[in-house]
Amino acid sequence: MGRSVIPIGPYHPLQEEPELFTLTVEGERIVEVDVRIGYNHRGIEKLSESRSFDNSTFVVERICGICSTSHPFAYVRAVEDIFPMEVPDRARYIRTIIAEGERVHSHLLWLGLAGHFLGYNTVYMWAWKLREEILDVMEILSGNRNNYAMFTPGGVRRDIRQQDIPVVLAKIDSIVPTLEMLRDAILDDPVLHARLKGVGVLSKEKAIEFSALGPTSRASGVARDVRKDSPYGVYDRVDWKMVVTSNGDVFDKAVVRILEMFESISIIRQCFEALPEGPINAGIESIPPGEGIGHIEAPRGETFHYVRSDGTNRAIRHKVRAPTFMNLPTYKATIVGETISDATIILASIDPCYCCTERMAVRNHRGRVLYDGQALVELSRAKTESLRRRMGRA
Amino acid sequence: MTREQVLRDLGKRFGDDILGVFDKSPKRVFINLRPRAIAWVGPYIFRELGARFNIATGTDTPDGLEIIYHFTLEDLNLMLNIRVLLDRENPVIVSLGKDIEAMNWIEREMRELLGITFEGHPDPRRLLLPDNWPDGVYPLRQDYSEWDETAIRTRGV
Repeated sequence: MGRSVIPIGPYHPLQEEPELFTLTVEGERIVEVDVRIGYNHRGIEKLSESRSFDNSTFVVERICGICSTSHPFAYVRAVEDIFPMEVPDRARYIRTIIAEGERVHSHLLWLGLAGHFLGYNTVYMWAWKLREEILDVMEILSGNRNNYAMFTPGGVRRDIRQQDIPVVLAKIDSIVPTLEMLRDAILDDPVLHARLKGVGVLSKEKAIEFSALGPTSRASGVARDVRKDSPYGVYDRVDWKMVVTSNGDVFDKAVVRILEMFESISIIRQCFEALPEGPINAGIESIPPGEGIGHIEAPRGETFHYVRSDGTNRAIRHKVRAPTFMNLPTYKATIVGETISDATIILASIDPCYCCTERMAVRNHRGRVLYDGQALVELSRAKTESLRRRMGRA
Repeated sequence: MTREQVLRDLGKRFGDDILGVFDKSPKRVFINLRPRAIAWVGPYIFRELGARFNIATGTDTPDGLEIIYHFTLEDLNLMLNIRVLLDRENPVIVSLGKDIEAMNWIEREMRELLGITFEGHPDPRRLLLPDNWPDGVYPLRQDYSEWDETAIRTRGV
């Protein structure tokens, strides 16, 4: 059978990380996949060498628009690891609250887009509506819906006001019933089971081999979470459990993310209950020479920062590693052998930038466009629809 | 194995290759290694000790080009940082990415940003830099200067 090459990407206005996927297909089966990144390489590691330690916090906050707190969190942990030192108790609680709030809104964003690609636009609407509530909470706490600018080496920049806490708790309580409804609707839906189970499986061995991170590894049965393995913030003081499933398919990745949101909400509640009084910043005067490593669990997996100081007010080396850098290559293991109609959701399942899928185009060897991005999403939806009809749930 | 057993075990197995150990904190240990020894020490830590490969950091230092391989032993909450120093004139080291998938991309990245050659890498293409970036210009080297000052303004590179 003849082979066709499908380029996906690289650019889309909504993407935070443009990528080019080149899929080689035989008929409907994907036989080969290649990934090209670097279209949005902004040289932040180089830029950070010319900024003071304080300024770099804001630079790294702009690496990602969705998990915008994970980079400053890992970065300030790296700077604090140079000493090493721990920050005041109240700052640790506030950091944990912000990081968990971000996890909830990031997972909701993913859930909505995954629903959109599958033709479940109701899921998309509900998830994004709920996400607005969480963004409101973040705005009350930090003043911003995103890019919270809460972190600084030695603590946090902004305190949580006592009068805001009841408002925030009421808002969080109000989203839980809707979140539970959404969870039950998704996890009990037989069409979604048929559509997603056994699709894009990442085996446990492969997850270890690729050093996959976050929900991508936990869905494959690798119990790996920086919050448990190397507790930071107050994750060792609050009661929560790591969500691990064993099948490694797209469905399990969704399950991990959905259940993690409930853990995050529980962590936020416990943090507000136990929030101690006290200073929020240790007030670092100067950074000694040395090197420090900070790693934290972002919504997508471990974010890793390495900082080397020579005693001046600038880092001489600042290495940044986002979780997608490790998760993206797992495509090699998950996508080969699957069909084009599943490609969109498998690509989306590690929670990279789904928007690239809308830039897909399928061409035959004469260069005629067979499917464009919209048609591929349609293909994915049509498969869901045909399953739904076959199962009598139209 | 406990933390002490792991460190003693590494010292016993690879004593000749280890140039120094810096026990920075309970969570972080830095080990200086002879560059050629990474060929067997890296896979030992990854496969036998079951460590997770975090990433590798390449740095241009006054002494030469330095690579730190970061591994995490999750059960022990310990990060092993294996440091090798390469000659700036001839920075060559064996590729671990040919056997360990997790190291494939970062070696491509260090190759183009720092000009380190990874011998036996299965896919030594560019990862981040554009295709029209000139050969031999490495942006993370300390002596890097803009190769084309009009690049951003006129050609969108």
